[in-house]
Amino acid sequence: MTGISMVVNGRAVSGDVEGRTLLSSFLRDDLRLTGTHVGCDTSQCGACVVHVNGKAVKACTMFAVEADGAEVATIEGEANADGSLSVIQQAFQDHHGLQCGFCTPGMVMSAAALLKDNPKPTETEVRDYLEGNICRCTGYHNIVKAIMAASGQDVSAIAAE
Amino acid sequence: MYAFEIERPSTIADAVNALKGEDAQALGGGQTLIPTLKQRLAAPSVLVSLTGIGEMQGVCQADDGAVCIGGATTHATVAKEAAAHYPALADLASHIGDPAVRNRGTIGGSLANNDPAACYPAAALGSGATIITNNRQIAADDYFEGMFSTALDEGEVITEVRFPVPQTANYQKFLQPASRFALVGVFVAQYADGVRVAVTGASEEGVFRWSEAEAALSANFSASALDGLSLPADGMIGDLHGSPSYRAHLVKVMTGRAVAACQG
Ligand SMILES: Cc1cc2nc3c(=O)[nH]c(=O)nc-3n(C[C@H](O)[C@H](O)[C@H](O)COP(=O)(O)OP(=O)(O)OC[C@H]3O[C@@H](n4cnc5c(N)ncnc54)[C@H](O)[C@@H]3O)c2cc1C
Ligand code: FES
Ligand code: FES
Repeated sequence: MTGISMVVNGRAVSGDVEGRTLLSSFLRDDLRLTGTHVGCDTSQCGACVVHVNGKAVKACTMFAVEADGAEVATIEGEANADGSLSVIQQAFQDHHGLQCGFCTPGMVMSAAALLKDNPKPTETEVRDYLEGNICRCTGYHNIVKAIMAASGQDVSAIAAE
Repeated sequence: MYAFEIERPSTIADAVNALKGEDAQALGGGQTLIPTLKQRLAAPSVLVSLTGIGEMQGVCQADDGAVCIGGATTHATVAKEAAAHYPALADLASHIGDPAVRNRGTIGGSLANNDPAACYPAAALGSGATIITNNRQIAADDYFEGMFSTALDEGEVITEVRFPVPQTANYQKFLQPASRFALVGVFVAQYADGVRVAVTGASEEGVFRWSEAEAALSANFSASALDGLSLPADGMIGDLHGSPSYRAHLVKVMTGRAVAACQG
């Protein structure tokens, strides 16, 4: 076992983990932050996307030990301090960007990473950025629309198909 | 996954030492190795993480103009930092997998793995790059030894990759959308002394140079120079995504597109 410590959503945390413990398991099983979903566990679906030192990564494809000393952000830290939804979360609700919700934590974290680097993306840039986030419910249109709306752009011209 | 320890050295020397241990294996970004470990296709006792080694990070330009990339540099960093020096290489890096894969996966890991459908092997072979390890320099022409096989010895670490910058170059990736790898990818680079064409995704032997196309394009650098050429389907990969003859045909189409893009 290796002792690790990191800052998760602004809170200092620590734990003892095996080498093979994935960051996704550390978050879900040790810290009980079960908002980070594990859809495939094979690096394909993006449901487990979190930020490590500000960068979007798949928590199922990184060892917890590798995040020792890092700043980690998960979906649990997305809402505003008063508990109200963040701009991105609110846009997903307003534009029906989710159905079952399984992919949503990863979608929101990917969207947050995109908008940090590129505050006014084009529709194509949003779709390209979501390459690694799979949704089996929505057909993506409303997710793209929600992210465009969260970036403050007019989405009335984007068809809701 | 079977159990193992993880070491996180901060220098190349410490990493090389740690890799001398029995059943020790290098860990780059883990984007290939972690899925492999999950399938229990590998059983190292120690993983030596290379991502904390400062001297293996980043992009710079050598005095002779070559672009030098640290072996543990992520695809995302290459996409950003190589753009000014070698745009075709940066563009290739920016289309590997998806953003989360690019934030972890490294150039050293990609070249060490030598997946037959990976993108970097085409850039390295197509640019006549030099793969620099902890104890020698290997020319790309001598480095790739067939699918998942390279000239690297046990415990040898890719510390840097050096790319001579061509006059013009382009990579055309025909996306296999499920894996996000290349179904076929062609890297074309024009240097003062000739044109290089490297093909990934197509051959059972992994990445290769299409020498007939190189000769034709060195004489006349235009897509029409490929007109009379065809690649035999023998030895091409056949799977549910494409037959050997489909892939052979696609190589020519993608080579033509790469040349056209160079002139675009
Ligand atoms: C969904 C998905 C899509 C992808 N799409 C593409 C794509 O389109 N194109 C593409 O090219 N790749 C693609 N990849 C693969 C990705 O680029 C990997 O990052 C890369 O192949 C391996 O790099 P890594 O740093 O993650 O290495 P790891 O997975 O950590 O290691 C891979 C192998 O290399 C060894 N190794 C690692 N670093 C070094 C080093 N510096 N020196 C010596 N040996 C080393 C390891 O021991 C291991 O055997 C994709 C991966 C995923 C999960
Ligand atoms: S659970 Fe990590 S990519 Fe699917
Ligand atoms: S809302 Fe169900 S998977 Fe995306």
